[in-house]
Amino acid sequence: MKTLALSIAALAIGASAAWAQDVVRMGTEGAYPPYNFINDKNEVDGYERELGDELCARAGLTCEWVVTDWDSIIPNLTAGNYDTIIAGMSITDERRAVISFSQNYLPPSASAFLGMGADANFATGVVAAQAATIQAGYVAASGATLLEFATPEDTVAAVRNGEADAVLADKDFLAPIAAESNGELVFVGEDVGLGDGIGIGLRQSDDALRAKFDAAITSMKADGTLNTMIKKWFGDEAATF
Amino acid sequence: MFEFCSDPSVLPRTQWFACYLTNGTHLAFYQSFLMVLGLLAIVAPLSLSLGLAGAIAARSHTRAIRGVGQVYISMVRGIPDIVFFLFVPIAIDQGVEYLTHLIRCPDWAEPVRQGNDFLVCPAAKVPQSAADAWVHDAYAFALAIIAYALVFGAFAANTLKGAMEAVPRAQVETAEAYGMTRAQTFARVIVPQMWVYALPGLSNIWMILIKATPLLFLLGIQDVVYWARELGGSKTSIFAYPHPDWRLWYFLALLGWYLTLTALSERVFTRLQDRLSHGQATAAGDALRRAEAV
Repeated sequence: MKTLALSIAALAIGASAAWAQDVVRMGTEGAYPPYNFINDKNEVDGYERELGDELCARAGLTCEWVVTDWDSIIPNLTAGNYDTIIAGMSITDERRAVISFSQNYLPPSASAFLGMGADANFATGVVAAQAATIQAGYVAASGATLLEFATPEDTVAAVRNGEADAVLADKDFLAPIAAESNGELVFVGEDVGLGDGIGIGLRQSDDALRAKFDAAITSMKADGTLNTMIKKWFGDEAATF
Repeated sequence: MFEFCSDPSVLPRTQWFACYLTNGTHLAFYQSFLMVLGLLAIVAPLSLSLGLAGAIAARSHTRAIRGVGQVYISMVRGIPDIVFFLFVPIAIDQGVEYLTHLIRCPDWAEPVRQGNDFLVCPAAKVPQSAADAWVHDAYAFALAIIAYALVFGAFAANTLKGAMEAVPRAQVETAEAYGMTRAQTFARVIVPQMWVYALPGLSNIWMILIKATPLLFLLGIQDVVYWARELGGSKTSIFAYPHPDWRLWYFLALLGWYLTLTALSERVFTRLQDRLSHGQATAAGDALRRAEAV
């Protein structure tokens, strides 16, 4: 323990010469395929990994990926444990009060209800959603009973085992699950449009970094690479810019 | 891992599992078991030392020291673990960074607190943001150890304090009659005899510590329960090894792991109890004496 503490202290001091180079730590959840997930090699993978690496390359930044719990993803950003949140986080006014966002790198996309069978009662029944998401906020304000879970995986499992009548989440997350469930899980009701799209979350004081990411996203929107990337991960029908 | 793993989708069942169970995430899962054992091995002696210090402080004749000991014991025991684990590491982290900031960047003009943001100069970041990932992990692990040691030290302190007071008064009086000082009485009479009274309480704390390790993920450290949930969750074909919800099997494996750990601990504690009861003026000590006499 003592040697560990000492070696950490030594490293912290020894590394001080290297701070001049920009290393941007990218915080993500790693549990929301195809947005972000941990692949079988134990690396962060998904649309946001590819996008984030490309944005960092365009902005001339060295980026490192950090996996963190969704519940503590905003406190850890403001405490400075990493510099960005790139985790499928929708831009909302509530979150804008605490952190700032880059321009969106995904257009406002639909959220959808997924249930067991077409007669699932999503309007007044029990609806599962991940805690602290716009979907959870929407369900709480609707006529349905909200059942919150810490991870996206748990919300789908709750529908499978009958704990909830339906789950509300981003349609792009639910679509592959529905497609591979052998018809067991189906979309019910109308899609819901929530939020202002998905952007990179940053500390409100970090204007310089936000400007760099905004410029990189603009350039990717301009030359069409962003749309190609969206189609690659979310299919040809996905909303593009 | 194996050469035939390059395209898992065409593999027969046994080979598929051989590849699946040795992929990168599973190796990380197996490592997390070692990590948890390492944490236990470091936290247990640390908590015991903190507990001893806390118990001695709480029994001190000096009012200020006694106050410190008593406040530590009752405050830390009263705060829910989960609150403690969110608060202590972030508080220590920011405290360390703030001190480094004062030393390294005395000319920094901007405030450290800006709204919700905590901003120190880049040179004061601990660890440096350019540092390797393992340095960040080691730092988080060290913070976790401090948090665990503080929490479980408070519980151990209360147990040890009770044990010290359970040593028969006659033993202490005899020591005093021989002319031992307070320190001598404590070191030669109370401490050697208190363990037998402390052991049941300490074994409780140890068991609770084993079960509290999943709180590690709050600190961003991927522990066994995190991996079980992550690996067991259903995987669509975007993953190399798609499968339905297998969390049941992963959690059954965890059940086996925790039961083994607690069963082994139980045996160790029984042996310790036997050894410590030797020659003690307790019912257990008496039973041992009689068994030997036969």
